[in-house]
Amino acid sequence: MPYLLLAPALAVLLAALGYPLFRQAVMSFQEYGLAQQFGQPPEWVGFDNYTRLLTDSYLWAVIARSIGFCLIVAATTMVVGVAVAVLMTAVSRGARLTLQIALLLAWAMPHLASLTVWQWLFDAQYGVVNWLLTRIGFEQFAGHSWLIDPLSFFVVAGIVVVWMSVPFVAFAVYAGLTQVPAELQEAAAIDGASARARFRLITVPLIKPVLLIVGLLQIIWDLKVFTQIFVLQDAGGVTRDTNLIGTYIYRLGLGEGQFGLAAAASWFILLVTVGLSLYYVRILVRDDEELDA
Amino acid sequence: MTTRPADGGDLVAAPPTGSTAPRGTPVAPAGHGPPGVRRSPARRRRRMLNVVAIVLAAIWAFPVYWMVNSSFLTFNRIRSPEPTFVPVDGTLAAYRRVFDSDFLDSLRMSMAVTLITVAAVLLFAFLAALALSRFRFRGRKSFVLAVLVIQMIPAEGLFISQFKLLEGWQLLNSVIGLSLLYIAGVVPFTIWMLRGFVAGVPRDLEEAALVDGCGRAQAFFRITLPLLAPGLVASGVYAFLQAWNEFTLALVIMTRPENMTLPLWLRTFTDANRASDWAGIMAGSALIAVPVIVFFLMVQHRMASGLTSGAVKG
Repeated sequence: MPYLLLAPALAVLLAALGYPLFRQAVMSFQEYGLAQQFGQPPEWVGFDNYTRLLTDSYLWAVIARSIGFCLIVAATTMVVGVAVAVLMTAVSRGARLTLQIALLLAWAMPHLASLTVWQWLFDAQYGVVNWLLTRIGFEQFAGHSWLIDPLSFFVVAGIVVVWMSVPFVAFAVYAGLTQVPAELQEAAAIDGASARARFRLITVPLIKPVLLIVGLLQIIWDLKVFTQIFVLQDAGGVTRDTNLIGTYIYRLGLGEGQFGLAAAASWFILLVTVGLSLYYVRILVRDDEELDA
Repeated sequence: MTTRPADGGDLVAAPPTGSTAPRGTPVAPAGHGPPGVRRSPARRRRRMLNVVAIVLAAIWAFPVYWMVNSSFLTFNRIRSPEPTFVPVDGTLAAYRRVFDSDFLDSLRMSMAVTLITVAAVLLFAFLAALALSRFRFRGRKSFVLAVLVIQMIPAEGLFISQFKLLEGWQLLNSVIGLSLLYIAGVVPFTIWMLRGFVAGVPRDLEEAALVDGCGRAQAFFRITLPLLAPGLVASGVYAFLQAWNEFTLALVIMTRPENMTLPLWLRTFTDANRASDWAGIMAGSALIAVPVIVFFLMVQHRMASGLTSGAVKG
């Protein structure tokens, strides 16, 4: 009976995730290019795809870029998010509600819509960002195009990702902060602990599990960032200099038809995220008693 | 949790900024030094923090406001060197231009994919949650673990072979094909979420209904289903948001322009009008975003608390 109930969900998962996973493994050991796309049987090539990728300095550049972008953006998000959460505990009710509503709006925006709005904000000619910068004295930003230079491309992409991700971090950490028992703080205050010491010695250890989970999720999400980069590349970025691992695989596979190579490259993103998620799942499951029943 | 913030005395001076006065209490408790000496700097600091919070709120809300504002502007206002901060002589012309494009076709496509996804996800996840919380069977624990790991699999790591799969089944550019991938992407999280709800319905209640002469079906529809309604609504909205907003897989699977979902439509519409019509682009963005924002506000507290009990796929 339970197996019957599980069957539909299991069938979908196997068809749409399990089989492609298997297929991807097979394809990564095959020569699977445009010729195969038009009916020629794929040829087994062993580890050729992997050696080709691993000896390709461009792939390494893309990976390094992805990891760098991921770490910087995830760290910024965490710092800003935690700061906002702490701020929420320190301000008056009205200010807190205003801040929470604003964060919710940003969080609720569909990614494509917010990306589009940010393109408009950073528009070279009529964008409000350039207008503001010019207004406060940086004349060089009049008509400045942000996306052409790879570095400022990633600054824009980073700002967009941080803007989208901070609300989640702020709410999660704020929820954790409100769980810290007030008595503990009071007791420490009576014992003469300074506010700084109380934060470091009481609050931080108590919200550490939340910080860990949220931080891990940020790293997982920022590593596989695709939509933001892809759309901004469309909007005027130099593809070759701004590819991250997700867009690289897309262009390799669906752009150039090198499916075998792309499948091999996919394993990188897959293994790293699944590795990180196993750790995440372990934290989640550790305090789920129902599971052990 | 966000709409119900902790009241003033919940956290006493937790912030690292070092305020020592209890927040929000007009009367300082005894033993905190003479009032007026310690209270007033703390109050000034608090006022300053309030200002910081409002400024942050303005920064975070500004892009959303700017989208709505720009969507009402005329060509002249949009293309003037000085930005227009409130929609003076606003017009709905931009919205008309959106409806004159193939927006409605994409809306239809998005609605079809979203409806199929939501319906299938609710049914499949409910059945699976029932199995997981009402039965003890071999493989139960490994299934739950698998569900948790699977939901973290990124589309970006698998879309090449998912593309090949649907191509092989002649399902590229089809509603069914895209929905299939969405269902598989969303069902793990909803199983995890519904599992808790099903476990929360006491068995005794159903059994009592059976003793009282209800049939099995009647007991289910009268007792269990109403108790599960909040969980089903939350899962349904979650599935809706995922399917409505998804971009990557849609981009890979829906390769023909007549099969675009709304996010794809917005991308091509933006590329086509970037040089000429930002008001139209913003109107399109607003039309896509508004239903999402409304739905999101309905479930946000569950999305946030889902964090510690399961993951919200990004």
